[in-house]
Amino acid sequence: MNSSEPDVSGLKEKPREAQTTQSPAQMNATYQQPLLLNWIAYRTIVRKEIRRFLRIWVQTITPPAINAVLYLLIFGGLIGSRIRDMGGVPYLDFIMPGIIMMGIIINSYANVSSSFFSAKFQRNIEEMLVSPVSNYTILAGFVTGGVCRGLLVGLVVSVVALGITQIAPVSILLTLLVAVMTAVLFSLGGLINAVYARNFDEISIIPNFVLTPLTYLGGIFYSINMLPEFWQGVSRFNPILYMINGFRYGILGVSDIPIVQTFIVLLAFIAVFAGIAIFLLNKGVGIKH
Amino acid sequence: MSHLQNNELALDIRGLRKSYDDGIEALKGVDLQVASGDFFALLGPNGAGKSTLIGIVASLVRKSSGSVSVYGHSIDKDPNAVRAHIGLVPQEFNFNVFESVMDVVTNSAGYHGIRRAEALERAEYYLDLLDLWGKRKDMSRTLSGGMKRRLMIARSLVHDPLLLILDEPTAGVDIEIRRSMWEFLQRINDEGKTIVLTTHYLEEAEALCRNVAVIDQGDVIRQGAVSNLLTEAITQTFIFDLENPQDLKLQDLPAFDAAEQTGALLQGSAGDGITLRWRENGQLEAELPRGAVLNPLFDLLGYQQVRVASMRTKANRLETFFLQLVDANDATADATPAVPSRESSVQESRP
Repeated sequence: MNSSEPDVSGLKEKPREAQTTQSPAQMNATYQQPLLLNWIAYRTIVRKEIRRFLRIWVQTITPPAINAVLYLLIFGGLIGSRIRDMGGVPYLDFIMPGIIMMGIIINSYANVSSSFFSAKFQRNIEEMLVSPVSNYTILAGFVTGGVCRGLLVGLVVSVVALGITQIAPVSILLTLLVAVMTAVLFSLGGLINAVYARNFDEISIIPNFVLTPLTYLGGIFYSINMLPEFWQGVSRFNPILYMINGFRYGILGVSDIPIVQTFIVLLAFIAVFAGIAIFLLNKGVGIKH
Repeated sequence: MSHLQNNELALDIRGLRKSYDDGIEALKGVDLQVASGDFFALLGPNGAGKSTLIGIVASLVRKSSGSVSVYGHSIDKDPNAVRAHIGLVPQEFNFNVFESVMDVVTNSAGYHGIRRAEALERAEYYLDLLDLWGKRKDMSRTLSGGMKRRLMIARSLVHDPLLLILDEPTAGVDIEIRRSMWEFLQRINDEGKTIVLTTHYLEEAEALCRNVAVIDQGDVIRQGAVSNLLTEAITQTFIFDLENPQDLKLQDLPAFDAAEQTGALLQGSAGDGITLRWRENGQLEAELPRGAVLNPLFDLLGYQQVRVASMRTKANRLETFFLQLVDANDATADATPAVPSRESSVQESRP
């Protein structure tokens, strides 16, 4: 290129100050430390995911908090004042764990399904696919992001609820354990949904037509002991029943379901969903040709 | 290129095939070798299989059969090593448009295992080098097309790959940015990076690349040094602006064809077969067969006292060669059933 050609000053000859501190040879050795590489990649994905939902907090954090306040005020405060105790506790207290859990379920699911689908849709998932990061790390990163949003929404709803009713968890450890495991499960579900989704409508079908009904029928507002025996049996096929009751047990110490069954259901579903999710990522379903 | 030892090869592809579920055979046994440090062009018409080939090398597309190695690492046995050695600049913008410019680059560094502090330093280095430092806090969607291209280059370089693959990196950018990108790519190639480039601007390949492969209908139909391939071009055409075109009498040429209004120079062996014809705007077009030189034409113009104001090539030499090669391959393929375009079908099926 000679001097008569267009100005090429747009790209600078020398860097301003910074220098790369690793040579290519050093850099190429990093992939030989897979644990370190995947740990750094995991932190990167988690940071990216948390920043994503915090950046749009008006869409991700505020609506569930407003929903929870409305549920607690209308169902708990207004209607609940005319309802007798349920499970041996005031009705407002009874529904509070379920409402918190509903926020955790919906938001952990929605975070991963929308984030992973957006990455697929915009094709920036390819940034990860062309790097040495393992599929387990990608899965763990997205799931952690979903768990963080689910727990943050749960925390916000809890704080709001504490302004309406004063209760303290019977077991903080048990409460947290059920909350985290539930968020993990639904984050995995969100990722599986996103892998198969072909458009944005398909990531809202499951939350609207499956999760929300199952959550309402999972004993948020009532004890299944109120139902006829047949419907009690049917309700036991709803996995969300076990999560809501496990969470309620951690907070109030009352439950329709033995706590052991809650953990068995959670562990079984997490194992199955995690297996499906990693299988889909390894096969490249929806993300590789 | 078969004389190259494996340890000299940045990219070694043998018998690579790709068939899609719908029966489309995008690659039909491609053999391709790129030497370490080379600046290599992969040329071909739309749907030839270039992007599929790049996708396989970059782990985005699964191959049906064949082998791919990058710096001696097999994509089957050691895929992470392959990925660590490659930087990819895809054809379409594929970064998160809601992330800042800085985040796009540092996140990519993180996926390659570069610690945050180091990633920030590297991002500063490459964003500065590519004149994007002032835009580091901007949402990437707000960048111009040329800036987005440069952002993808910065992202692809942040982990210091040994092999940089660019799929039409200058598509849609203005000439100034394109030239500055050429200079940048030339510089990093001089510094030791192997570069594989696909482009539709053949002057780009001719200006930058030392070696080239032409891929058509899923197969490599020619591979070699650009300088060698150019000598194979059957013809090249020059356009002359004449100050006094009315003084040139093509009809005086011994091989004047009145029907075609063309004349051919037959004086001297070196000028044999130069065909002259008028263009609509009064310019003179001269088509030279392989091996011919322009001296007899200048002799004629001088003899008829025609003054040449300027001259240029009608198409660049590599473009001429490319079109001749692909036309010849298409003519051969006409005898066999046509292969549908993979690129168009992939685009349509993408969500």
